[in-house]
Amino acid sequence: MAHISRGFRGRPRHEVDPARVPPGQYVVNDFPVLSAGPTPRTQLDEWSFTLDGAVDRAVSWPWAEFVKLPSERFTVDIHCVTKWSKLDTSWTGVSVDSLLQGVETEAGFVSAWCDGGYTTNLPLKDLTGGRAWVAYEYAGEALEPEHGGPARLLVPHLYFWKSAKWVRGLTLTVEDEPGFWETAGYHNRGDPWQEQRYWSD
Amino acid sequence: MDRARIVWQFATVRELVEETAHAKTVRLDLPDWPGHAAGQHVDVRLTAEDGYQTERSYSIASAPEQAGLALTVERIDDGEVSPYLVDELRSGDELELRGPIGGHFIWRIADGGPLLLVAGGSGLVPLMSMLRHRSAQGSAVDTRLLLSARSLIDVLYRDELAMLGRGDGLAVHQTLTRDRPAGWPGFARRVDAEMLVSVGPTPAHRPRIFICGPTAFVEQAADLLVEIGHDPAAIRAERFGPTGG
Repeated sequence: MAHISRGFRGRPRHEVDPARVPPGQYVVNDFPVLSAGPTPRTQLDEWSFTLDGAVDRAVSWPWAEFVKLPSERFTVDIHCVTKWSKLDTSWTGVSVDSLLQGVETEAGFVSAWCDGGYTTNLPLKDLTGGRAWVAYEYAGEALEPEHGGPARLLVPHLYFWKSAKWVRGLTLTVEDEPGFWETAGYHNRGDPWQEQRYWSD
Repeated sequence: MDRARIVWQFATVRELVEETAHAKTVRLDLPDWPGHAAGQHVDVRLTAEDGYQTERSYSIASAPEQAGLALTVERIDDGEVSPYLVDELRSGDELELRGPIGGHFIWRIADGGPLLLVAGGSGLVPLMSMLRHRSAQGSAVDTRLLLSARSLIDVLYRDELAMLGRGDGLAVHQTLTRDRPAGWPGFARRVDAEMLVSVGPTPAHRPRIFICGPTAFVEQAADLLVEIGHDPAAIRAERFGPTGG
């Protein structure tokens, strides 16, 4: 039985559907910013998105081409390992499925890399099946640098550190290569529904 | 790397110390603490009688060398957890937590310096752990602290900072953005490039930089430091949003 914190009642809990809030999370209405260093600011004419690694041949799209790729508008709930969740966030972006179309690979893993040096690793199957995007609009507006603009990875079914801000490319790998937070004590996969926050969870 | 598993445990509240009108330090005894590095934090979990649970993160204020664990918590009026910790928690209560957490925003004596620590308000807490660690190790490594607060009564650890600032190698700079006492010798404006240049060290000295505070403060300070020539990769930031809780 859980130990009761003497005198703690908590907020009224009728406002949100508990089935949408993973364990240990609370729902916010604002959009907190978390990142480990300064916000990089890359000019769009210097920006490109690259798929490389264990692929037949690397592909790179400059910004002007990237935003012409077939895009989707989607609404998802996001869950940050620092405990906040935000429901019904709407984005525009290119699905990773469509980026990977026609790509032959032996890879089972992906390393996302970013301006500013951030990296995060994911199993390839977490990025496919309509569950991941490279998003460049939030709520119908260009994605702000603080929130990862020009573009960020969006993998809403995992903790939000996997949704790498300022993403510039995906490197497909045969071996799993732990990224920035994954080597700094955080969980390798980060499923919020299993509360996989830290390496030993 | 040898790491202890991060598991929930019950700490006992040994003492609560009022730091400011809005903040208290919670001193805890833990049955089984694996030790921490300066700059790390813990997760705290509260459980209501109906089984409802909620978690928040709090920075560790104490040095690794100090017995037990000290968290300093600032009350956020519409928060869910901080008002409980600041107003309701009593000595002798049990508090569920796990940690230490975080492997990036940390400084160990062996990492060396020079150090530039930039704090906005209660963003001072993890940086204080670094200063206490430095002092406990008898280090004189070149360290500059720039602390921004609204007014003098909002400054955490005022007396201890004054004492530490008399030691070797540490310069404590403060800026008060709202109210100043008469004859205030420190800065009296929001952090700007000129202030950061005057606090130093210069980019040529390649300081390790740690910034902690509210999101807008950290964004601004980090941008300014990059602008005056510091290596973005040398800047480590920890931000807390308006939704600290």
